[in-house]
Amino acid sequence: MNHFPEAWGRPRNDVYGAYDHSYLQTSGPKAHTSSPAVTGTSVVGVKFNGGVAIATDNLASYGSLARFSDVKRLRNFGDKAMVGFGGDVSDMQYLDRLLDSMDIKENYSHHGNMLNAKNLHTYLAKVFYKRRSEFNPLWNHVLVAGFDGQGEPFLSSADLLGTTFSAPHLATGFGAHLAVPILRRKFPEGTPLEQVSKEDAVEALKECLKVLFYRDARSADKYSIAVITKDGIDLKEDEQIQGQSWAFAERIRGYGAQTA
Amino acid sequence: MPGFDFTNYNRNAALHAKGVPLPKATSTGTTIVGCIYDKGVVIAADTRATSGPIVADKNCEKLHYIAPKIWCAGAGTAADTEFTTALISSNVELHSLSTGRDPRVITCMTMLKQHLFRYQGHIGAYLVVAGVDPTGTGLYTVHAHGSTDKLPYVTMGSGSLAAMSVFESTWQPDLDRQGAIDICAEAIKAGIFNDLGSGSNVDVCVIEKDQPTQLLRNYMKPNDRPQKERNYRFPRGTTAYLDQRVISKEDMKKYVTIETLSGDDKITTGDSMEVDT
Amino acid sequence: MTSLMGNHSGTIGYSFSEPTSANVKQHSFYPYTDNGGSTLGITGADFAILAGDTRSTSGYNINSRMVPKVFKIGGDDETGEGANIILSVVGFAADGNALKEKLDTMVRMYKYQHGKSMSVGACAQRLSTILYEKRFFPYYVHAILAGLDEEGVGALYSYDPVGSYEREQCRAAGAASSLIMPFLDNQVNSKNQYIPGSGEGHALVPKKAEPLDKETATKLVKDAFTSAVERHIEVGDGLQLVIVTREGIEEVFHALKQD
Repeated sequence: MNHFPEAWGRPRNDVYGAYDHSYLQTSGPKAHTSSPAVTGTSVVGVKFNGGVAIATDNLASYGSLARFSDVKRLRNFGDKAMVGFGGDVSDMQYLDRLLDSMDIKENYSHHGNMLNAKNLHTYLAKVFYKRRSEFNPLWNHVLVAGFDGQGEPFLSSADLLGTTFSAPHLATGFGAHLAVPILRRKFPEGTPLEQVSKEDAVEALKECLKVLFYRDARSADKYSIAVITKDGIDLKEDEQIQGQSWAFAERIRGYGAQTA
Repeated sequence: MPGFDFTNYNRNAALHAKGVPLPKATSTGTTIVGCIYDKGVVIAADTRATSGPIVADKNCEKLHYIAPKIWCAGAGTAADTEFTTALISSNVELHSLSTGRDPRVITCMTMLKQHLFRYQGHIGAYLVVAGVDPTGTGLYTVHAHGSTDKLPYVTMGSGSLAAMSVFESTWQPDLDRQGAIDICAEAIKAGIFNDLGSGSNVDVCVIEKDQPTQLLRNYMKPNDRPQKERNYRFPRGTTAYLDQRVISKEDMKKYVTIETLSGDDKITTGDSMEVDT
Repeated sequence: MTSLMGNHSGTIGYSFSEPTSANVKQHSFYPYTDNGGSTLGITGADFAILAGDTRSTSGYNINSRMVPKVFKIGGDDETGEGANIILSVVGFAADGNALKEKLDTMVRMYKYQHGKSMSVGACAQRLSTILYEKRFFPYYVHAILAGLDEEGVGALYSYDPVGSYEREQCRAAGAASSLIMPFLDNQVNSKNQYIPGSGEGHALVPKKAEPLDKETATKLVKDAFTSAVERHIEVGDGLQLVIVTREGIEEVFHALKQD
């Protein structure tokens, strides 16, 4: 031990040489995520009478490579809410850890975790907005599903820019193009929630995932689905898309004059 | 000299390099679809034409005539779909006259793709070609770069994904005539309500063997404008003017021929403008 | 020789030729987006109206058909109860939200600290400074603030994204502002209208702008929006009308075309 506290706990200069500060640059450019690497595609969600259903497939792509085929992109926040993640998977894992630590911290408080899905969504949106304002975005588009403060079903979206919006049915990524039209057709925006049953909602989500698997080249037919009701979260993480129809493909012959 | 005139090419390139923006073409940011059924084929389109975020035409026609039993739905640059289909229509007719046979869909599609390929995508025409001919029913898509596809149901334009979601979730083989019309109209409606580039009405064209082709213009009108709250008719004399000159009919006759028609005849053939009365 | 920070040609032998240093990368991240929509405000002798469509867009997609653009500022809780100032924001929705929350917090803090509600004029000045604080990373929004001034007369202030502001009779902002504003100039301020027969040709007497009553103004707002819906692809779905009078704040929704 010597009298230079800044040296305590550090490799000794006389043994290891002077510390190379170039590894701890404080000046010069700092790299931020400027594009996502390993990504998940669509998240789809729909509100029904008494809850919310949300689903994603289990694929994480690396560019056009189907890199990880068993990645769970639905994450729970305690037993209160589900978050469906689209976009960068490493940022998803960071956020999942952030939310887990918040859940644990809340549970240690004297009142327990009283945060609902709406609170969680507000928090996530602010994290996204703060990070985009620092030019260091978390490259995700998420759906948050659960209940609000009044105990009404809650479904809302937040993205890497901090943009938020809410609707009876939402989808991110490719799902915004392919799944939302299906959901809007099945349950038009004016429909009272009482007229949408849990079974219909789950069935509609499965239909959406199937159509997405047909037409989204970055999707898979293994999926996770969560149904959030007052009774809790019913999460299934190892599902397979049923009733695919490829029979029409047999009848297709070429792209023009070819007939056989 | 046939073909395009390139005399202004260098001037325009120089202007563009100096920062002058290219002129904005009217595009039919569109939903168009097609679907075959047991005896024929149906194509359909929305009726919105846009220029950037502005609606240029609320009720335009995107279904183009090629031959009596071959029709085309067009997306992309409005002028390109218009002129390309008109050109191919002429050539198809000449070809039919010289061969003495009914024109075939595959011929039309091949002429289109070869024409478009030659221009390497600069002619921004995205088409759905459909029809019946002596060989049967044909339904193709042709992209601006010249690639084609042959499928039992197709969609194109900015609303193609919304429309495709309808086909992928409700299409089944062996549809009948009404079934095909219904699914096409439903697909166009998905485009109209989910895609901002598409809107207004649904146009449908039904082509069937041994049956006259039916163009069902404005088959559905799900977007009628609501009644205005106020009347915006101005009293005569509200507008100021700098100068007034009255030119008599006699003076005008020096420059143009004038024929007088009776006031009762409705001579305008186009859509009348909405005017407050 | 003592190695300085950032000096890469150190004396220690590396297992690789050069120490790693951060690559200078070009950012491809753009922190803004446009969520479309339009807003509009009209004032009269004893009222102020702010209206906006409820569509949220990204590109050619509709995010949601029900995202309000007009907010109550300085209310007691999240329902906005007790507020007497309203704010509309259009442009980049995330910035709009952040701006609204910041102004709302400040107006509420003022009430707690001074024991009285902030005047619209003071709030208008505060909003301007909030916007200018971010002069070099602006809130990408066109804001309109409205309420009743100290005389009880309708007050309306419109802003550019970096805080330049002006009190006006009426203002349209957002995607269809260039379609709506000329209509307002003509119908609210009687621009380009002359009294028939009041003179010869160019020497006509301009028609005086008469103060509008609440009902007429509401009808003008509705017609402005149904017309904007016809010709602008980003405007539609719903119309949110918020009206401030001495009786308080009234909020109504009307349906607009969904195509």
